[in-house]
Amino acid sequence: MVFFEQILFVLALAAAGWFLTRRIGLIRRAILLGRPEDRSDHPGERLNIMLRVAFGQKKMMTKPLVGLMHFVIYLGFIIINIEVLEIILDGIFGTHRLFAPYLGGVYPFIINTFEILALGVLLVCVGFLARRYVAKVARFQPERHREMGRWPRTDATLILVFEILLMTAFLTWNASDSLLRERGFGHYGELRGTVGSFVVSRFIEPLLSGLGDPGLVAVERFTWWFHILGILGFAVYLTYSKHLHIGLAFPNTYYSDLRPKGQIKNMPEITKEVQLALGIPGADPTEPPAEPGRFGAKDVRDLSWKNLMDAYSCTECGRCTAACPANLTGKKLSPRKIMMDTRDRLEDLQRGWQKTGPDFDDGKSLLGDYITAEEINACTTCQACVQECPVNINPLDIIQQLRRYRIMEEAQAPGSWNAMFSNIENNMAPWKFSPSDRFNWADQLKQ
Amino acid sequence: MTADTTYKVPTMAEMAANGEEPEVLFWVGCAGSFDDRYKKVTVAFVKILNQVGVKFAVLGTEESCTGDPARRAGNEFLFQMQAVGNIQVLNGYGVKKIVTACPHCFNTLKNEYPELGGQYEVIHHSQFLQQLIDAGKITLKGGGTFKGRRITFHDSCYLGRANKVYEAPREVLQTLDADLVEMKRCRTKGLCCGAGGAQYFKEPEPGRKDINVERTEEALATGADTIAVACPFCMTMMTDGVKNKDREDSVKVYDLAELVAQAYSL
Ligand code: SF4
Ligand code: SF4
Repeated sequence: MVFFEQILFVLALAAAGWFLTRRIGLIRRAILLGRPEDRSDHPGERLNIMLRVAFGQKKMMTKPLVGLMHFVIYLGFIIINIEVLEIILDGIFGTHRLFAPYLGGVYPFIINTFEILALGVLLVCVGFLARRYVAKVARFQPERHREMGRWPRTDATLILVFEILLMTAFLTWNASDSLLRERGFGHYGELRGTVGSFVVSRFIEPLLSGLGDPGLVAVERFTWWFHILGILGFAVYLTYSKHLHIGLAFPNTYYSDLRPKGQIKNMPEITKEVQLALGIPGADPTEPPAEPGRFGAKDVRDLSWKNLMDAYSCTECGRCTAACPANLTGKKLSPRKIMMDTRDRLEDLQRGWQKTGPDFDDGKSLLGDYITAEEINACTTCQACVQECPVNINPLDIIQQLRRYRIMEEAQAPGSWNAMFSNIENNMAPWKFSPSDRFNWADQLKQ
Repeated sequence: MTADTTYKVPTMAEMAANGEEPEVLFWVGCAGSFDDRYKKVTVAFVKILNQVGVKFAVLGTEESCTGDPARRAGNEFLFQMQAVGNIQVLNGYGVKKIVTACPHCFNTLKNEYPELGGQYEVIHHSQFLQQLIDAGKITLKGGGTFKGRRITFHDSCYLGRANKVYEAPREVLQTLDADLVEMKRCRTKGLCCGAGGAQYFKEPEPGRKDINVERTEEALATGADTIAVACPFCMTMMTDGVKNKDREDSVKVYDLAELVAQAYSL
């Protein structure tokens, strides 16, 4: 029986590993679709940002209560994973609480810590569900935000319910195991005397103590399998979910934009043309023009790899959108939607690759089929979205590149922008004033 | 200094002709040059510069739009034409330090010109005023015109979030001896006035409300009688917002430089 379980376990582990590797490969490929961009400078500063923002969750703490709640889940996730290591080894070798004999008195202490965290995670998940469905926090409501449609909502709910189930399974497993140990049943009894009841699961024990030994073993085995299969399934599921940020928050903050938020990415390919047009030395006219690529971005391929990593790192929390002046006043623009659309576009491409191979082309593009001109035109470039994002995503950078495409490749500016352009071109100011009047303001002072 | 004093506004060209070099170039900007309301700010700032005896100059008719609205709208080509042209002028005069009252010019000159060959020390007039106060060159006597009045400061995106200048304008206001009150959304969380990103130059997209009205409501909620701004576009948006709320009789919008000049009775 134990041998059979071991085979089953190794198979499950291998299957999860296979799916996970394949997904990671696809996501990596999708991110690398983007244009190159060098983000290898200032490694010290980058490491520092990663430690503070991803590891230390600095930006989550601007809302202290939610920040604390999220921190509990995060801590639980990291620390309970240490326990998963033991569970996996037990599964492979057919052992039971492999680490207990080696750790002696420390072992119960560690498991007690896990249990307290598990209870914390469980309560926080209930709290988070209540925020979504009872308190109805505005930024999560599909009535207010069209990007929070069925899938994003289901995704968020699934994860929370799933975590509650996993934590319940973990605690119930400990409870049934403790009972069996006390009863000295089979190999469970081996640790009797060294390990007692645990701090949280002892309160579940009375609910199970009425069961006979076989019933208890059934509960113990079921919860053990449910917990570990759940975790493996969760790992694969993550890659389809907003919860990918659990992993990607780290590289994504490491590769943060270090420029001042007001600084827009330069386009060196244009500088050369401008220098030639103005007859400025420095540009070599005999040098062939840079590769004719497009100006700005129409599709994900025109964005940089970092924009695409941003899209996969988005937690769909909507802090950006809740701070966006355009969205707040009822415009269609939502920076969260910009990120979700970019990710959706990448996922659609991935699905295409799997169906028809790497040359897949559905004739669609990010600008037009996912994001409309009305959305990007509404942006005031106020950088509130960039400021708010807890994982240092920059939706504005994508908006800016889409705008460049609209203006420079499609020449589709709103009429009054065209007027502003021609004023700058002809009058050196965005308004129709004569450049020779520019200094008239000083007349009254000089009288 | 008496009211009939004439003020000097030297240009770079005049200075260069006399073989002189200013301490700082005052970059006036398009709004500061052409917008009737903001011209008053330009004048107020020039008066302050005269008053404290800073050796400054302006470019006069040699100045040209920095290209900020073109770049933000997506017209990179036009932006760079402007930028490269301006950099030629600035470098031609050997300009080292620039002060400007426009956060958009400030951001563009400071952050975006270096990549195109224009390296200058650029400061916003709020920082410049703060430095003058710190150096004791401006001393505002307490108990003046502002005593007991409520002022709220509206953060400009291109000053605040874009360049992390949050305290300088507040410190300037603090010296006025007025009651400085904050809006609900301030500093890093400051709400945009709605003008940035070239929005100023077109109608807003369809929505429930105009952004400047939303922001003005927040400013009015503080009970302030003065909304202080540090940007020509915020100035227009907030002024329009106050009008929209029919409060133009009781609530005024002023730039920092104007408030300092008022305190000085310049
Ligand atoms: S930068 Fe644009 S998208 Fe981001 S918050 Fe401001 S207006 Fe919204
Ligand atoms: S971009 Fe950032 S702030 Fe906006 S929803 Fe995604 S994670 Fe949240």
